[in-house]
This record gives sequence, C-alpha cells and structure tokens, in this order.
Amino acid sequence: MTVGSDTPAKTSDHDFANDNRQATSLGDAARDYLNRLRGGDMGSLPAILGLVVLFAIFTSAHDRFLTTYNMANLVIQAGSIIVLAMGIVFVLLLGEIDLSAGVAGGACATIVALLMIDYGWTWWLATLAGIAVGAVIGLVIGLLVSLLGIPSFVVTLAFFLGLQAVALKLIGSGGSLRITGVLRDISIKNVPVAAGWIAAGLIVAAFAALSLWRYRSRSARGLVHKPLALVVIQIVVLAAIVLGVTALLSANRAPNPAVFNISGIPWVLPIVVALLLFWTFVLGRTRYGRHLYAVGGNAEAARRAGISVLRIKISAFVICTGMAAIAGLLSASYTGKVSPGSGGGNVLLYAVAAAVIGGTSLFGGRGRAIDAVIGGLVIATIPNGLGLLNQAAYINYIVTGGVLLLAASVDAVSRRRRSAAGV
Amino acid sequence: MTQPLLELRGVNKSFGVVHVLHDVDFAVYPGQVTALVGDNGAGKSTLVKIIAGIYGRDSGEYLFDEQQVHVHGPRDVGALGVEVVYQDLALCDNLDIVENMFLGRELRSGIVLDDNAMEEKARETLASLSVRTVKSVRQSVASLSGGQRQTVAIAKAVLWNSRVVLLDEPTAALGVAQTRQVLDLVRRLADRGLGVVLISHNMTDVMEVADRITALYLGRVAADVPAEDLTHSQIVELITAGRSGDLGIAENPATANV
Repeated sequence: MTVGSDTPAKTSDHDFANDNRQATSLGDAARDYLNRLRGGDMGSLPAILGLVVLFAIFTSAHDRFLTTYNMANLVIQAGSIIVLAMGIVFVLLLGEIDLSAGVAGGACATIVALLMIDYGWTWWLATLAGIAVGAVIGLVIGLLVSLLGIPSFVVTLAFFLGLQAVALKLIGSGGSLRITGVLRDISIKNVPVAAGWIAAGLIVAAFAALSLWRYRSRSARGLVHKPLALVVIQIVVLAAIVLGVTALLSANRAPNPAVFNISGIPWVLPIVVALLLFWTFVLGRTRYGRHLYAVGGNAEAARRAGISVLRIKISAFVICTGMAAIAGLLSASYTGKVSPGSGGGNVLLYAVAAAVIGGTSLFGGRGRAIDAVIGGLVIATIPNGLGLLNQAAYINYIVTGGVLLLAASVDAVSRRRRSAAGV
Repeated sequence: MTQPLLELRGVNKSFGVVHVLHDVDFAVYPGQVTALVGDNGAGKSTLVKIIAGIYGRDSGEYLFDEQQVHVHGPRDVGALGVEVVYQDLALCDNLDIVENMFLGRELRSGIVLDDNAMEEKARETLASLSVRTVKSVRQSVASLSGGQRQTVAIAKAVLWNSRVVLLDEPTAALGVAQTRQVLDLVRRLADRGLGVVLISHNMTDVMEVADRITALYLGRVAADVPAEDLTHSQIVELITAGRSGDLGIAENPATANV
C-alpha cells in the first residue's frame, strides 16, 4: 500500500492531509476490518470459525452434545487448559516458550494438597502457598533464561523433566492425594442462580458504560475512534454472549430434572472470567503490558527506550508459572485428586496449542488473554465431543494435532502476509 | 556567530592500542544542520557514541550550553535533551505510531495508560513537523514505508523537547521521494532552533541541507567550515585525503611521524 509517500512535503503545509481520524460509518469500519483480514491480521477469527465448525459437527453427530448439561461440563473441562494457556501467552508474547508449566502446575497442586492433608492448612492459605511456589519456579527459569542466556526451550525442558520428580517423591509411585472441600467444590458446585445473574448484569453494564464513555471522550477530543454503531454492536454481542451463557447455565440441567436440580454457573467460570479481565487490563492498559509487547516486538528497540528487557523476561516466566499453579489446582479440582502424573503428558502441549489456535503468535509480539479462552474452548471441545461419540482415543490425538497444525499454518501464513502487505 | 549548543573539545579515544579519535573538536549550533562526514573508519560512529554517552572519553571536554557536563551514560545525555536516531531505527513493528513514540516514557493517569493524551501529543508533534504522509497515528509501524518509519523515529526524538538531534545515516536505505521527505524534515528541525547533526555518506544530501560541515579523516578533524565555502569535490577530497587545497590537515597523518 502506498500512503501518498510520493508527494514532497512543503514547509508551510501544516496539516496532514491523509490523516483519517476515524472510520466514520459502519461500512468504513467493516472495510477496514476486511482489509486487516486480507493483510493477515486475523486475530481470533480462525479459532471462532473453528469452534463454530466443531459445534456444528458434534451437534449433528450426537443429540446430547448441545445439552446444557454437557455445555456446563465443557466449561469445567476447559477451565484448567484456559488458565494454563493464559500463562503461556505471556512467554509466547516474548517469543519464548515454557515447556515446564504443566508439570510445574502438577507439582504446585501436590504441595497444596499435602499442606492441606498433612499440615491442616486452610484451602486459601495452601493455595496462596502453591501459587507462590509456582512464582518462585518461574523466577528461577526466568533468571536462567535472561541472565545466563540459555534458550528457554532447553531450560524449561530441563524443568519439565526435573519437576516431575517433585510429585513422584512427595506422593509416591501409584499413589494419589484426594482433593476435598472448597477446592473440589470449584468444579462440582455452582454459583447461586441469583448471584450469577447479578454478576452477569454487572459485567454487561460495566462493559457498556466503559465503551460508551471511551467513545464519548475520544470523539470529543477528536481522536481515532470507532463509529458509534460499531460500539453499540459490540455491546449487544457481548451482552448476548454473557446473558446467553448465564441463562443456559441457570436452567436446571440435571439428566433427570424431576429428581435433581443442578443449576447455576460452575465456580470455574467466574475464576476464568476474573483472570481474563485482570490480564486483559494488564496487557492492554498498563505500562507493564505495553513494555511486554515492545520487548516481544523488538527487544533492542525496547532496550534503547530504557525498558529493562531482563526484568520483563523474568516477570513473564513468573506470571506463566504462577498461572500454571492455578491451572494445576483447577485440574486437581476437576479430577478430585493429585497424582504423580498430574500436569505431565500432553497438558502443556494442549495449552500451547490453545494459545496458538486462539491467535497468539509463536514468533512473539502478538497475543491477548482472550486468545487463551477461545483456543482453550476449541481444545476442550474436541475430546468432549469425540468422547460422546465413543471414538477411540487415537482419533482424539489425530484431530487435536490436525487443528494445531492448521492454527500454526494460519499464524505463519498471516505473518507472511503481514510483512508482504504491511497492513 | 551564536554560541554552540553542544561542544566537544580535544576529545581522544582509544580502543586498546588503536587511537581512534585524536584531539577532536566538534560543535553543534542551534538552528543549524551540522553534517559529520568521513570515510569508513574515520571515527564518525565513535564520535556519535561518545556524544550519545554510550562510550566514555579518554580525555577532552563535553560542554552543553557552554557548561561543562559530566556524562556517564545514555540517560544523562537524554536528560540534557540530546537524542540519537540510529540507522536501524529502533521501532517496534507490532506497536502503532503513538505507542512507539512514547515507548519507555508512557503517560499515565494513575496506573492506567493515558492513551488519549499520548495520541494528542503525538498528533501535535507530527503536525508541527508537517508530517502529512501517515494515514493514521494508530497505524502499526509495520505498515509504514522506510521514509515514514524514519519520520516516526525522528518525531519520537523531537517529542521530548530535545535540543540536539543526531541522525545516523537517515537516508541510507530510502528511495528518491522518501529521501526528499526526510531531508525536508531535517531542515524543519533546524528551523525550529534545534541543533541537528547529520551523519551521511551521501554528498548530495549533505550539500543540500547542511549549514556546517565537519570532515573527519583518520580520527582527526580535517575541516570544520560553513557548507557554502565548500564544493562537492572539495568535500570528497577532505574525506578521502584529509586535505583539499589550503583546507585540511597540513601533513598527511598516515605518513607523518606521530
């Protein structure tokens, strides 16, 4: 795209003629968006389309897939992958990788369970201790990567191998620790229906107020802003999603509704939403978030701008492993136990896949917290749907691998298009 | 003649046994474009890095506003109001123009970034430099042409009310039209009263915008003269031989007994 760069500027010319401050109409906004897509800036669109396709396939293949009971299950199953992927987004933003996050989460969950069972700690104190242990592991990884300059792939591979020993030593081969009480209830109990509706209403109202206030203040100051129609559409879409999900989960979803009453949002969901809101705010609206993107985009430029690349790198690993501890607890809550294999196997790879499918670039500099949510839902939907269809386990691996390959290809192709089209 | 804004006097610099700069005097005047020319290895980059505070000096004085200052690093130099725009630009492709211009010095209200204020200031700065080739200040830098990127990098330096701007080969990788834009911008910076240092290999560019020319030859100042006193071929002689007619180093230092 040539942006009128061939006309020499005159000294007296005191406005920049080609500056368009806003897409004035909805049509312009749509055209802008299409241009961005064509230029390779896909965001989460491929993941959303993928989710729609998966839902369509599974709904037509099995009549129990789209029941409220199964949807609630899906939310609970996706929780731990989403939280782990959200942590992974931070290291991917810097173009690094953390292979050890899964087993670090398992090790932290082991420590939490032991503190509660053997030492009688209350659940929240034990949880805080677990997250702190995760943060310390992240700190060590970060120091090794940024001070010694060992590639993060190697450091975290070593931690992936080494940290598996923690759970094995503490629990013993073949043993497991039961998770009971509040931590278990996160997966099996629900938010009271009334409280769920109030929270949903507050979120929608807050989003609407913030978007409208932002629109007003930016248009009043003559800054780049979206057309009002687009702002309204965004509010309506968000309200539809939030209120729709709340309505779905507030209905009685027991397989035998005459006998049991299972209704309300599973506690996992508000935890995921709170983390999503928090990290979205940190990444988008704080100086720290801006610096994280800068280091991921061009570390040398960030260094020259006075940003401590070292500190940013270490902090990303601390956040990643801290989030992994929370993910390990959610996973333990779902299965009701911690065993030496917790967090091992494919857990981490699924989380990386979730982040990448959601639109976070493996090459650094691009990614959002919401990517982890959308990608995590895709990853969780595959075994959920295939499980209903009674497919053999090998199909699950093939489909998940295929989806990841597709997502990575989209990432690579859109990256090429971005550098070619430069939009 | 006005007093120099920034001045180096008798600067020497060695790397081990290699004596890179010999008693170099260098001055930047407000409202003037000073071109720093010299062949590869003449010491241009070393001199720039000493001004930028990246290298220390073995001896010599560093004056700003006729006051002797103690410079210990790039931050001290930035605090004086001296900005360096490097050849490889130092912009983050994944951030937009506003985000790049404020990188590392973001404005905040509370702990939240004040994007509105930053965008307004960036827009003002670009407008005051008569930059009219960018479609939107919210464009990502990846989508900009080489000339536009250079413009953003220069505008970033100007944003902080800097008083001296050093431009390292700003037109090296640019086409004809874009070179035009950047040279116009360089001229406008000087017209605003800034001291501008232009490091360039391109004699046409130098002749066009420079008010003064400082030629380095093997680590010594061969000439420091007003640009109108020199012709194109004289500059080339100063760069390649260190002397041109009665200008330049009296004795060729490469063959002289030091």
